[in-house]
Amino acid sequence: MSPENKNSETMSVFSPALAKRFDALVEKYPVKRSALIPMLLYAQDEVGYLSDAVVAEVALRIGITELEVRNVATYYSMLRFKPAGKFNIQVCTNISCMLRGAYEVYERFQEELGVGPKGVTSDGLFSVEEVECIGACCWAPAIQVNYDFHDELKPDLVSGILDRYRNPNQDQKKNKEKNA
Amino acid sequence: MPRLVSHPDEVKLVSRRFGMGATNIDRYLELGGYEAVKKCLAQGPEWIVEEMKASGLRGRGGAGFSTGMKWSFVPKQSAKPKYILVNGDESEPGTCKDHLIFLHDPHAVIEGTIIAGLAVGAKMGFIYLRGEYRYLLEIMERAVADAYDRGFLGKNIFGSGSEFQIITQTGAGAYEVGEESALMESLEGKRGVPRIKPPFPAVVGLYGGPTVINNAETIATVPQVITMGAQAYAALGTPRNGGTRLFCISGHVERPGVYELPMGYNLKKMIYEMAGGIRGGRNLKAVVPGGSSTPVLLPEEIDIGMDFDQVGKAGSMLGSGGVVVIDDQTCIVEFALRTISFYAHESCGWCIPCREGTDWLKKSLTRFHAGFGTEADIGNMQYLAENMLGRTFCPLGDAAAMPTIAFLKKFRKEFEDHLNGKPCPYAQEGVPQLTVV
Repeated sequence: MSPENKNSETMSVFSPALAKRFDALVEKYPVKRSALIPMLLYAQDEVGYLSDAVVAEVALRIGITELEVRNVATYYSMLRFKPAGKFNIQVCTNISCMLRGAYEVYERFQEELGVGPKGVTSDGLFSVEEVECIGACCWAPAIQVNYDFHDELKPDLVSGILDRYRNPNQDQKKNKEKNA
Repeated sequence: MPRLVSHPDEVKLVSRRFGMGATNIDRYLELGGYEAVKKCLAQGPEWIVEEMKASGLRGRGGAGFSTGMKWSFVPKQSAKPKYILVNGDESEPGTCKDHLIFLHDPHAVIEGTIIAGLAVGAKMGFIYLRGEYRYLLEIMERAVADAYDRGFLGKNIFGSGSEFQIITQTGAGAYEVGEESALMESLEGKRGVPRIKPPFPAVVGLYGGPTVINNAETIATVPQVITMGAQAYAALGTPRNGGTRLFCISGHVERPGVYELPMGYNLKKMIYEMAGGIRGGRNLKAVVPGGSSTPVLLPEEIDIGMDFDQVGKAGSMLGSGGVVVIDDQTCIVEFALRTISFYAHESCGWCIPCREGTDWLKKSLTRFHAGFGTEADIGNMQYLAENMLGRTFCPLGDAAAMPTIAFLKKFRKEFEDHLNGKPCPYAQEGVPQLTVV
């Protein structure tokens, strides 16, 4: 049995759903290798980072060496080889955001969480980092928590955002009450 | 959800479906969607290319190259498949227009891609979004799936017998991938480093086949040009600068936002009337007119029409349409440092002048801003930046060098005020402003 055809439910580091998705992803493009970057990103979304096991399986699935996978992965700033928090807070500090107070927002996140740049909270829930332009310049300052955008921020809005991720159920409850 | 803005001077073409629910395919059809592609199927490829040439539409990614000309460079016969590649890697600081297009009008991107395919004889298109735009990628994927369901994409589009497939793709965080050859490398599953030209992508591009690469806004404009006619579209703008474009006004203005304006609209008016002037009643210090890579303009230089030629004549570039407004409480050395830090972070490392030059500039500016600069540093930074120009495979080296040279030349006094261990005399509330010579 070739490694690419292995039973994804028993031998994969990925969930059965993601393994199935990857089986389809390599068929999507005229050239298999085009699946590499999306595969790394989706793998990271599920596993949390590009572990040795993730790199090994992606290499097998694409049919290239692990070295080649690492060569590509190290180029892209969203891909990481160490775990981040469950909610990774990415504060844009590029020019448009900087002019409207991004560094104050960035500092407030660090204060509230008690961590420094790229730090992860001890419960593993949050991490915070400074990132380059995220394409929300007209709604600055902006951040992303994982893939969610939050626009037009002020330092005073920081703790409310953190609470929403700490207690997602409470937020849903509030929404239900609002809609009722 | 990004806030939408509106102003009576706007001419809404690309943005006309924003906020109208056009992500829904039925709604898009109600609003006149997919009529342009039907017209193109009836008229044929030569007609499409001629219309695009006559429209005066120039690439919205930054370079401002004629879209019709670009399409006409693709050879008619090719042993290898031809491709359309939509560049949605939007990463130039100050630019957030494609964000709104993907969010509000994904079918316009699909329709424009199909038309580009018909024009050059390509059967496959790729829509590449930057990795951070995951929620927008999901909107695009939904729209593509709906278009397949209706038979607008596939082996027999609109029952015409023509084939066109669209594949969506995500990046994973890299400014450099917005450069067209680096974009192709990324799409092929490699590090996003540029290729040397020639050969140009129109001849040897993605997977070695002839490839047209257009910015997402350019592609979303294409159906509008076809629907209203090339002459009518061209007439909205200025000579050689057809139509309208999305301007992203950010920074120290009262009403930042993405405004769609005719090409040639006055920059001063854009800042003081449309965007409500400088925030908090302060004074203007400088304007970056077209994304962070474009040379800065002084307040006395902004009474100009915003088209590629007029901004070029004023010594800068229209670029990607990102207008960044800077008030008089801002330290230009700090602003220059933040700009250069970005390019140093994003330099792919392929070409030495860019890799070493951006890093050296960043280090010099960091030291300078901290008050440890010397008189000689000013000249050295300028010499360094001037020697990066034109010495790299792709324009990232220029993108870092050009604004640096402009900051040093136009704000020399402000740099000098940082000399000899003085603390930064700018950027603090209540500190009297020194006059800029």
